[in-house]
Amino acid sequence: MAALDSKQYIIAYLNQQPFGIDIKYIDNIIVLQGITRVPKAQAYFKGVINLRGEIVPVMSLRGRLELPESEYTSKARIIIVRPEPQSAPVGIIVDEVKEVITLEADAIEKMNYDESDIKGSFSTGVGKYGSELINLLNIPAIIADKGSNELV
Amino acid sequence: MDVSQYLEIFIEEAKEHLQNLNEHLLVLEREPENENTINEIFRAAHSLKGMSGTMGYKRMQRLTHDMENVFSEIRNSKMKVTSSLVDVLFKGLDALEAYLANIQTEANEGEEDNEDIINALNDILNEGLGKAAAKSDAQGADTAIAYNGAVKAAEVKPAGADQSLAHGKLKFLDIKIEEHEKKAMVKALSLGLNVVGLTVYIQEYCVLKGARAFMVNRALEEFGEIIKLYPSAQDLEDEKYDFEYSAFMITRETPDKLMRLAANVSEVKEIAADYFKLSEADVALYSKQITQDEAKAAQTQINEAASLKSGSAAAAAKQPAKPVANRSVRVDIEKLDVLMNLVSELIIAKNGLVSISDSSDSALDNSFHEQIEYLERVTTNLHESVMKTRMVPIESVVNRFPRMIRDLSKKLGKEMELYMTGEETELDRTVIDEIGDPLMHLLRNAADHGLESNADRAKAGKNPVGSIYLDAYQDGNNVVIEVRDDGAGINTEKIKQKAIEKGRITEEQAARMTDKDVIDVLFQPSFSTAETVTDVSGRGVGLDVVKTKIEALGGEIEAKTKLGGGSNFIIRLPLTLAIIQALMVIIGNEKYALPLGSIQTVEDIPSTEFKDIQGKEVINLRGSVVPIVRLGTILGCQKPEKEPEEHLVVIVKKGERLAGMVVDELIGQQEIVIKSIGKYIKNHKIISGATILGNGEVALILDVNSLV
Repeated sequence: MAALDSKQYIIAYLNQQPFGIDIKYIDNIIVLQGITRVPKAQAYFKGVINLRGEIVPVMSLRGRLELPESEYTSKARIIIVRPEPQSAPVGIIVDEVKEVITLEADAIEKMNYDESDIKGSFSTGVGKYGSELINLLNIPAIIADKGSNELV
Repeated sequence: MDVSQYLEIFIEEAKEHLQNLNEHLLVLEREPENENTINEIFRAAHSLKGMSGTMGYKRMQRLTHDMENVFSEIRNSKMKVTSSLVDVLFKGLDALEAYLANIQTEANEGEEDNEDIINALNDILNEGLGKAAAKSDAQGADTAIAYNGAVKAAEVKPAGADQSLAHGKLKFLDIKIEEHEKKAMVKALSLGLNVVGLTVYIQEYCVLKGARAFMVNRALEEFGEIIKLYPSAQDLEDEKYDFEYSAFMITRETPDKLMRLAANVSEVKEIAADYFKLSEADVALYSKQITQDEAKAAQTQINEAASLKSGSAAAAAKQPAKPVANRSVRVDIEKLDVLMNLVSELIIAKNGLVSISDSSDSALDNSFHEQIEYLERVTTNLHESVMKTRMVPIESVVNRFPRMIRDLSKKLGKEMELYMTGEETELDRTVIDEIGDPLMHLLRNAADHGLESNADRAKAGKNPVGSIYLDAYQDGNNVVIEVRDDGAGINTEKIKQKAIEKGRITEEQAARMTDKDVIDVLFQPSFSTAETVTDVSGRGVGLDVVKTKIEALGGEIEAKTKLGGGSNFIIRLPLTLAIIQALMVIIGNEKYALPLGSIQTVEDIPSTEFKDIQGKEVINLRGSVVPIVRLGTILGCQKPEKEPEEHLVVIVKKGERLAGMVVDELIGQQEIVIKSIGKYIKNHKIISGATILGNGEVALILDVNSLV
């Protein structure tokens, strides 16, 4: 990619930590609404919601990243993402959504990760934004079922 | 010529013709003398040739043409139908199907010339006819016409036509004249007009012979009135005739003049015409009738005479009334899908209104409730109608199976017959598209593993020819398809051995397994009992794939078998996919939908009636022992504070088995729209989907059958 290349990220918070999600994956951000539990699903999947007549599965990002679960506040949002433009949408619950930032390519530190380390593959790199370091999430890896057996 | 707009129609129709050919060839093999079949084959082959020619698919046209030559000789009783001949013809059909498949995917017929098939066809022709030399020349020349299409017909005389010309060109002499037609002829004679019979021969390379016949008739009608056409005008228009047809005219002209005039129409090879003479007795009889009629209605005669002058207008009226045209349209399935989705949305919206009207009783007047009920009726009817438009007879899938069984029979060296019933049973189009492969698997299994060799059958005192049955029928909200054979049945001991060998089960487990459990093992992935892997089956990717596919369609499969008596695979499919009637229940504090189709009854059972037998809860329901399934425990729902004194038990039936599902509350029956919950979320088999309730909530649909 060219040096001038910049990407926009939405900054979401979990446990007061910032995480960046590439806006190209994002379909929509909605307030938390009634979720229907799906029995026997992966533990991090909270269930399904009705998004304008479409059934959308919703996962807890805390659960997926193995962070401790806590009560969601009124600031909690469901970020609707599509790992591929054509694929079905999935909801990701975060504590809070703050802002959209633009990161130049040189502000992104790529991370090398071990393929076998599932949690490691959830991050594409670290973004430097002002004084903050932002964990940039690898959405397709998070959505994919890979490694879920270990996590359930 | 730009033919792309006709491509879709061409593909559809070509498929129909090919299927037709396949079916009739099968019949022909069994009944080589069946004239109707030969004619039908000839017609289908001929239409196919014309169509592919028009579309510019030369290779396809050439192959069909050579096949047609063979059919033509069979029809003229110059050749006998032999098994090897049918083999070659089937190969030809396969090649045509390959062309068609290519056309469908790439919009061109591909490069394969299929010379071997064409050579085989020509060899058969030469051999069958004996007089090889002269004929094959003509044959070859004829092929050339079809192939490059540019050669004028006058230069070559096609082979088939020669004989027909030889035994009398005046074919109209053999045609039976109806009474009222005779009467018209007599009347014409009495008016001093000529009655002329004509037989028109169209060039064999003519593609639009329907249109050609129309042009000839129009030319003729300028000089008189056509009172009879054979075949009928409708058949001519539909190209349901070979290359010649006959007409009877009332005219002032002489036959010679008519012949000259009509021969000017291009692509007409020849016209034979002569005065048509009625027998003396007929003339006497009908003149008398006419005089009587005239007395009654002198007016009619004036009209007739007038119409004779104006010619064509009256002729059109005289022709038999056109039968009601095929009152159907082809609709893209995607458009129906859109319509179906809209109906689903409408039902969700309607459910929303229903829940509002239920919750606020006093505030709303009666007319609101009435309107809601009216809306409910309309949406239900609308849903049914849309569903019906998507229903396709299962025939379109199963009609290729007789051919498949024939081929398998040859390949496996076993004689077998396929008997099919219920081909008219209808299923949703999406199911139809998917059900073909599973059925094919089951049929192949039946042919390969199910049926014993002919010798073994004879030894066992059975009819040496094996039978395979494919029965489809509707059963309540389901369509059932059974694939049965009268073969050896499934040897459960052998399966147990195999399963132990493969480490699937322990010997202990094997000893405890019922026959039914054993058969379930067959549906596990990569399990095959076949000793050898054959071309046909035995790779072990059979039954589990079948099962997965059928379950993906919302159906289920079970197997029954009798050692020495055969096996029966029973597939149950839901009639409709998208919208079902469901019983809404509450378990814990969650709402679930149970498809109504499998529910027998709902019972109130005191908890004291729950008996513990070997660690399993059962109840005695009117004499039968029914196992209890605690849905709440399976689904991990919140448990009620204390065990209630009475349980609501939904009795579910799957095949022969019953089970009781414990629920906490009933909400009622509701029409629900099934939606998928997507592939990301791990889908336990008990959850078959989700639905949106009237208030926007999502409720999961439980596949209770998977728990029985």
